[in-house]
Amino acid sequence: MISLATTTRTVLRGRKLPRSLIGGGLILVISLVMAIWPTLFAPYDPNLFDYNALLAPPSWDHPFGTDSFGRDVLSRVIHAYTIDMQIAIFATVGPFVIGTLVGAFIGYVGGFWEALFGRLVDATVTFPFLVLVIAIVSVLGPGLGNMYVAVGIVGWVFYARLVASEIKVQKRLDYADAGRVMGYTPMRIVFRHLLPNAITPAIVYWMTDMALAILLGSSLGYLGLGAQPPAAEWGVQIADGKNFMNTAWWISVFPGVAIVLTGLGFSLAGDGVAELLRVRR
Amino acid sequence: MTASTAQTTMSDGTKGLVVRGLTTTFDTTRGLAIAAADVDFDVAPGEVVGLVGESGSGKSVTLRSIMRLIREPGKVSGRVEWGGRDLVAMPAEELRKVRGGEIAMIFQEPMTALNPVLPIGVQIEENLKAHTGLTGSQRRARALELMNIVGIPAAERRLDEYPHQFSGGMRQRAMIAIALACSPKLLLADEPTTALDVTIQDQILKLLLDLRDRLAMSVVLVTHDLGVVAATCDRMAVMYAGRIVETGTVAEVFARPHHPYTRGLLGSVPRSGHSRTMLQSIDGTPPSLTALPQGCAFHPRCSFATEICRTDRPPLDLIGAGRRVACHHHEEVAAAEPIL
Amino acid sequence: MNTHRPILSVDGVSKRFSGPYSLLRRLKGEPPLAVHALSNVTLDVERGETLGIVGESGCGKSTLARCMVRLHEADDGAVRFDGTDISNLHGSARRAFNRRVQMIFQDPYGSLNPRMTVQQIIGEALSVHKMRPKADIPARIAELLDLVRLPADAAARYPHEFSGGQRQRIGIARALAVEPEVIVADELVSALDVSVQAQVVNLLLQLQEKLHLTVVFVAHDLRLVRHISHRVVVMYLGQIMEISPADALFSAPRHPYSKALLEAAPELDPGQKNRNVALRGELPSPLNVPPGCPFAGRCPHVFDRCTVERPLLSPRGPGQLAACHLTDFGAAEAAATLPAQPGH
Repeated sequence: MISLATTTRTVLRGRKLPRSLIGGGLILVISLVMAIWPTLFAPYDPNLFDYNALLAPPSWDHPFGTDSFGRDVLSRVIHAYTIDMQIAIFATVGPFVIGTLVGAFIGYVGGFWEALFGRLVDATVTFPFLVLVIAIVSVLGPGLGNMYVAVGIVGWVFYARLVASEIKVQKRLDYADAGRVMGYTPMRIVFRHLLPNAITPAIVYWMTDMALAILLGSSLGYLGLGAQPPAAEWGVQIADGKNFMNTAWWISVFPGVAIVLTGLGFSLAGDGVAELLRVRR
Repeated sequence: MTASTAQTTMSDGTKGLVVRGLTTTFDTTRGLAIAAADVDFDVAPGEVVGLVGESGSGKSVTLRSIMRLIREPGKVSGRVEWGGRDLVAMPAEELRKVRGGEIAMIFQEPMTALNPVLPIGVQIEENLKAHTGLTGSQRRARALELMNIVGIPAAERRLDEYPHQFSGGMRQRAMIAIALACSPKLLLADEPTTALDVTIQDQILKLLLDLRDRLAMSVVLVTHDLGVVAATCDRMAVMYAGRIVETGTVAEVFARPHHPYTRGLLGSVPRSGHSRTMLQSIDGTPPSLTALPQGCAFHPRCSFATEICRTDRPPLDLIGAGRRVACHHHEEVAAAEPIL
Repeated sequence: MNTHRPILSVDGVSKRFSGPYSLLRRLKGEPPLAVHALSNVTLDVERGETLGIVGESGCGKSTLARCMVRLHEADDGAVRFDGTDISNLHGSARRAFNRRVQMIFQDPYGSLNPRMTVQQIIGEALSVHKMRPKADIPARIAELLDLVRLPADAAARYPHEFSGGQRQRIGIARALAVEPEVIVADELVSALDVSVQAQVVNLLLQLQEKLHLTVVFVAHDLRLVRHISHRVVVMYLGQIMEISPADALFSAPRHPYSKALLEAAPELDPGQKNRNVALRGELPSPLNVPPGCPFAGRCPHVFDRCTVERPLLSPRGPGQLAACHLTDFGAAEAAATLPAQPGH
């Protein structure tokens, strides 16, 4: 993506990194490291049953306690990073790329395609996002792969709407006309000139969307439509612990904390990116 | 101030506006910006004074400082004498009576200065309500009268219309009507015609002159257009980088500018009879208010500059009756080949 | 009258934009409002001249400029460059036209891509049009920056690091990069401070001399247009009121609107203070252009024919055309000031 490269290249000149980006970035880097090499951090095998320590409360041996099968909650929370970070990325990259491309096209050509897209947006926003995704997953069948497909079908619309409206603003500015007068092709004008100036809101939304994707993945996992047990996934873990909330709170609470922390990382990073990509005039 | 004797007699004898040492600063992330520094000028009753300068010269800030319309983090110091009182030190309650009553202000962009959700008539009556004891029907009659004074046709109907239903020129007239509601003695006009087309600008400027005669009010006109100054003002003050660099009657300043900046400004404007010749432009750009050059702020752009200009800031010296200039080499500048 | 061909000719061009279509109009079954930005505009731009186009807001001068570079397509009529109708150009022919006819824009903040360095902005124009071999591009950029008097280190910087006047110079350098024959400058200096305006105007005058450019200079400032142009076109409400050599226009305007425009523009002479309003009335809305002469509603010399019949541009003095039923308007002044001499 040339546009993305131009956008980022221009912004780092002579500017300090925003604090929110440093904080958010740190959380995300640690999360990614745990997602890629969970065995380095997890003290136990996440799927190892220990019948001698069923529902054990947090202790030195098991800092986050164990669940009803005697599995170490800390190890499961760490191993869940693999799936949940994967959800965060896989469930959003598709919508981001497709939505940006479609949005750039619609914003630039306008007219009939814009009207058609408008109807599509109306149809999509009529239903709550989760309901729509659940409906599609029910048709396709449960599982992570189908969840990505479902989120992709619905999610790109929001990116496209953001990018299209921004492209519409940018294409009226004189620099776009200057490109036309220069005889540049529409492709060049859109990708080299307009998109680097129009993509910022989409990138920022992408950051928050990754946090939302984790929540969505966990919700679907909880409902049994996403990651399937016995996989270590925060939503699945919370669902596992729901019957023991009064006696063994740690089974659900620690995965919950992990969700909140990762979400915080994404939204801090989103704020930071927004600050960093702001065009100076 | 060195030669304030000449002016004190004036401020004692009459009730004009006397501005002394007016300084406005803003604390910005890049340091202290001195938007207006040590500004001195007088406005006699019935006089039209032009404040001229480019963007960032401090002309609008000066005008707003007179009315204390400077928001935090801006700070205003100095004295603004009006009818024997100091507007800078005046309590807020008292200032409110002066604002919109004795002193009124009009702005460049009437569309943002007018309230878009209130009919024009209501906005005029609002001012009357605040400053007079007129009854409702009297206020309506006065609003109608004001609309006629400023030349808005079909006034009766237009009183109930909203700002967006007015054209640019009519909006400016409506704003003037609001400003005139309480028969002010001083009108502060901040680039009132900059957003208007030339034929409409001409109408508004001439309306202002007519109103000055009819209502015996003084006008301070802030503008960047020397043509507007030539056509409307009696006296003028040229500002650069927050300071007044030259004052005098319009005729004197135009005939023989004593400051190189004034001279450069006059040379920058195309005149008849010199088609397709090089204009006498001023090199460079105005300095940033947070990083003013040492000495005279104009010296980096000045062709007359010498060593002293780089070290010492020239004071605003009296060089004739009501004629002041802040330049070490003003005699040389005045003696240079005329540019008009 | 001449055997040579004008470099750019505008022939009966009209341009309409659809205006607001209110619910009320829809319910009444009326057609949407249309803004008549240009109606039946005809003019020639001669090689090597500066043609000024002047008028107040809504007169269509910017629309005309944009039609000339094909940012707008004319609804009727044709714009011809070197004899070819530009609306017929496609592909490489169109790119060649773009290279030969360039535009410089009004807004120093909006006309440069904020995410590209000066070097990228100018380099892109050079490489897309293959003006220089790749290796020579940096040298050519330095040359262009020098031409518009920007320091050499400007190349690596972003637009936001420059002042308004400097940005306009970058815009000029970009246009000159493709070595055009015609430059259309739309309100080039109106966003700039007076002293900076003069710098840019001087630069344009020098460049024109040096590079033998044809310049179409669109502006609302009559003093500026007079200063820079050989010939001036005065527009009002999408129509041409007068076309004159600059000197003739200013000494003896042959259209009442030109005269009013001249009188309204404040002169730099405090001795000429005048208390009479040059022109009464408002600018009419381009949504509803009156039949007959568009200026009839404000014209001090209006008579009954003006409101029913639109006057056509017809010859007056040498090289002078006006669209007014009063064919001898300003004739006396013209006779007094001008010993009949050809325009330029």
